[in-house]
Amino acid sequence: MDIFVSGLLLAGTYALIAMGLNLQYGVARIMNLANGEMIVLGALAAFWSFTAYQISPLVTLLVAVPLSFFGNWLIYKILLRPLVRRAKSQGQLEVDSILATFGISFALVGIMVSIHGAYFTYSFLANPIEILGTTVAQNRLVAFLIAVVIGACLFLWLRHTRSGTAVRAVAVNAESARLVGINVDRVSALTFALGGAIATAGGVLISTFITLDASIGVIFTMKALIIVIMGGVGDIRGAIIAALILGIVETAVATLVDPGLTLVAAYFIFLLVLLFRPQGLFGRRSV
Amino acid sequence: MEARWVGPVVGAVLFIVAALVPYVADGYWMSIAVTIAMYTALATSWALFSGPTHYISLASGAFFGIGGYLVATAMSDYQLSFWLMLFIAPIVSAVVAALIGFATLRLSGVYFVIFTLGLAEMIRNLVSWVQNNFLGSRGLYVLTDFTEDHIYWMLLAVCLAIFLFGWWLSRNRLGFALKIIGNDEEVAKHVGINTALSKVILFTTTGFFGALVGVIIAPRYSYIEPNQVFSPELSFLVVIMALLGGAHRLWGPLVGVIPFTLIWEAITISFPNSTTLFLGIAFLLIVYFIPNGFAGLIEKYWSRMRA
Repeated sequence: MDIFVSGLLLAGTYALIAMGLNLQYGVARIMNLANGEMIVLGALAAFWSFTAYQISPLVTLLVAVPLSFFGNWLIYKILLRPLVRRAKSQGQLEVDSILATFGISFALVGIMVSIHGAYFTYSFLANPIEILGTTVAQNRLVAFLIAVVIGACLFLWLRHTRSGTAVRAVAVNAESARLVGINVDRVSALTFALGGAIATAGGVLISTFITLDASIGVIFTMKALIIVIMGGVGDIRGAIIAALILGIVETAVATLVDPGLTLVAAYFIFLLVLLFRPQGLFGRRSV
Repeated sequence: MEARWVGPVVGAVLFIVAALVPYVADGYWMSIAVTIAMYTALATSWALFSGPTHYISLASGAFFGIGGYLVATAMSDYQLSFWLMLFIAPIVSAVVAALIGFATLRLSGVYFVIFTLGLAEMIRNLVSWVQNNFLGSRGLYVLTDFTEDHIYWMLLAVCLAIFLFGWWLSRNRLGFALKIIGNDEEVAKHVGINTALSKVILFTTTGFFGALVGVIIAPRYSYIEPNQVFSPELSFLVVIMALLGGAHRLWGPLVGVIPFTLIWEAITISFPNSTTLFLGIAFLLIVYFIPNGFAGLIEKYWSRMRA
């Protein structure tokens, strides 16, 4: 039960991060391997404002997310759109965007290391609270609740608004979306920015209960990618279930076997997915 | 002289010159020469697979680590000889590569990149765990009486083997099949190429050579730790050097490895805290300004000069 509750709380943030990555890959068609660095940037912002000015991470969230949105929008406009334009095929774009986002990722890690090379340690709401007979830290619960609220807003926006529908249309088929008068370029840029902002939000939340450092981003990128693939690209329901599975399995392995093996556990799940359900948990096999 | 013999003859002359380097280089330049030989082997072998198929493999660090770790364990704990491991470790690594290939290369390239992205880190975690819990965390030693010169000549021999393999590949069915797969996988399927199998075979050779280099370089460090040999950074360096040189030509990675190693060496000495930032900038420069690498630039100017 302990494992289930902590796993569930962890999965909330994972699901949120994976949603952001899903938008970037599904709509803007960019395989963003710098996603983890946006998480770490959020964590760094929260750590820095808390230790330097005693600002609550929840306040940081309100500032960091719009900043990240703007920053990611610029990254898309300046660095990624030229790649989209010059790509002759989806495969070409994938290779280019992977290499370019590797570059962005390394550059960001380099900059963050020079800002703060040590662990981002701080203590926020680290008081115990009891839920379902399990004692957990309040910060985990708060992070989970905020992640759920943001995720729900995102889901409702995508499902029930005109702009959300335009985003989904681009995800299904960019060419046809253009034909019905959607500005694909603009939607892609905004969606990419939104995905980055969500990752930053996830980073701020995660930093309240996990200690990060500047170079850990790639681990989060891996986990988010595994969730997206397990859930199926573009499938929000699948991503939530996948995040739950990953969160619970990781917590189980960390408590029952060894905390150093969480990545191994994630890989094991990834391998099973690739072997048996490469199209995602609920996806249909393409013909 | 016929045009088709120019490449091999120039290659043979360069190889003989390279083999004479230990007679003129001092300690510092010898250590750089070993590094260059090591990355030439890794990057060329990487390009043989990734050049034609456009699948970006980040598994070099994992294969290299398998080689280094296996030779260290075998020599420290089981008193097996270096030469035996030089034979066994690459085979183990090739089997690992084949398994990874069968799991991921049937699918789109993205899955493969993602899988190899965390591979070195994952194997490192696994090995550390096994070592701490079951084997006891002792240091592993690779003690031989090799000097830098010996290591260099062995690496040079590996480079030669990879170049000959690449040359052979360029004129047989498998190499041709890979080119078609890289141009259009659908077409390749329709003309009856077993696309997955061709990719797996080539990826297996990358695994084999990666571990071979890992074994040969191990005596240089003599003290081996999992954290050190399973280095994710190595995978990225290999990719960047191969792309900088140009992955579409057999000699491409070589013209990337030599300048990059020299610059990298200077940067790690002068700005040890900025290496990651530099790596990022190098990736961006290559993608935006030299997508076909130095080999592409050289070919462009060559054809312009002749025209």
